[in-house]
Amino acid sequence: MNEELIISGRENLMVDPQLHIWHWPIPLYLFLGGLAAGVLFFAALYYLMGKEEQYRTAVRRVPFIAPIALVLGLAALFYDLNHKAFFWQLYTTIRLESPMSWGAWTLLVITIASFIWCALHIREFFPKWDWKYRWLKDLEAFFNRYKKPLAWVMLIFAIITGVYTGILLSAFNARPLWNTSVLGPLFLASGLSAGAAAIVLSSKNREERLLFTKIDLIILGTELFLIVHMFMGFLASTQVQIEAAGLFLGGPYTMVFWIFVVILGIIIPGVLDLMELGGRHIPALIPGVLVLMGSFAFRFVFVFAGQVSRWLY
Amino acid sequence: MRYAMAVDSRKCVGCSDCVVACQTENNVPIGFCRDWVVEVIDGTYPQLEIELRSERCNHCDNAPCVRCCPTGASHIVEGGVVLVKPNRCIGCGACIASCPYDARYPHPKGYVDKCTFCIHRVREGMKPACVAVCPTKCMYFGDLDDPNSDVSVVLKKRKYKTLIPEAGTKPQLYFLI
Repeated sequence: MNEELIISGRENLMVDPQLHIWHWPIPLYLFLGGLAAGVLFFAALYYLMGKEEQYRTAVRRVPFIAPIALVLGLAALFYDLNHKAFFWQLYTTIRLESPMSWGAWTLLVITIASFIWCALHIREFFPKWDWKYRWLKDLEAFFNRYKKPLAWVMLIFAIITGVYTGILLSAFNARPLWNTSVLGPLFLASGLSAGAAAIVLSSKNREERLLFTKIDLIILGTELFLIVHMFMGFLASTQVQIEAAGLFLGGPYTMVFWIFVVILGIIIPGVLDLMELGGRHIPALIPGVLVLMGSFAFRFVFVFAGQVSRWLY
Repeated sequence: MRYAMAVDSRKCVGCSDCVVACQTENNVPIGFCRDWVVEVIDGTYPQLEIELRSERCNHCDNAPCVRCCPTGASHIVEGGVVLVKPNRCIGCGACIASCPYDARYPHPKGYVDKCTFCIHRVREGMKPACVAVCPTKCMYFGDLDDPNSDVSVVLKKRKYKTLIPEAGTKPQLYFLI
């Protein structure tokens, strides 16, 4: 027999009996941040490729999701802080060692860039929009002149944001499930697939829909590869990571992970995408919503399961 | 200077006096604790072996909580002691998630709280409250760079271990075995 217990009765709130410091706002924010990163990435990419007219929805319309998602995500983050009155301390320093620090700055940049991008395309939705004030019109002219650099900023910071949502978790070696470098690319892929799905859902242009269905399919395949890769890494690693993988391989998170994330979130929409590309008509709503839900479920499962995984001693 | 603590797992009787002393000395809010006692039982009755450990923050040399803190609220002072500045802490919980020992907790006022090695007492030449109060005198505190400090002397004489050194934290809480 080997038994280990705390006999002085430790019941620290949010820490015992097992860590539960991060609640629903964190995975919600990770999803919204990933989604915003995805839509802004494609908008910037296709603008820079000179295909603004061809893929109008992707470049001009879908980016409007980004500022809304980012503001909601930031609100969720703020809500989860325990010492809210001091949140501004985040913006008094940059600590490159801390993903949360440079992530907060990245978020600031991408949120501002997304607002500017949407302001430049506001006439997509309100053709008669007038900025009224002279200085606002000057500002619009200024950013229209520098739209290319703005798109570059968006492209680069979208990638950083997408990766950061994963690195945020993978930087914690105290939680073996999070402590894998695959998590950065995996969260980026999940965010990009959510972005592509949002475009497929919104576009009325068949050519555009087919392109983003193709892109979505490639990213879903990559995601599946990365997930397999992650489990291979875990199972070939130390005892704590083998146990962390066990949470999804027979442990309490097995069903929710394989059903909601892998089957409903990746495999089924992937097959539907394939059928669509093969010439069958599949309502875009089904794979699109499934991918978004899968991406959402993925963050939830990972944030909660990660807090359960630990070093045993 | 490198402050460290050694706990004799053979002398400890698990009375939890260290826990109460800490709560009193540091005004730890009701329902929380900065230190705790772990009992490990090995074997089958009647051949049992018990190890008792009074645990707390390990004031790691490579502290993940200080690395991941986005504002610099978690910081290191003299002797490698890890502290939190309440008025810089935003309560994001990153440090709590980063600690493999679960030594931190959110204070009801919002900021993150933890063991300070009673640095306020140490600065005045006293021992940490837990060490001072221990009825079996199973705890040793001092400067590892000083060969004559209590902790240096006992670590020279006895076999010891640290908790989860494989997490790469270089913990500074030693358990005599």
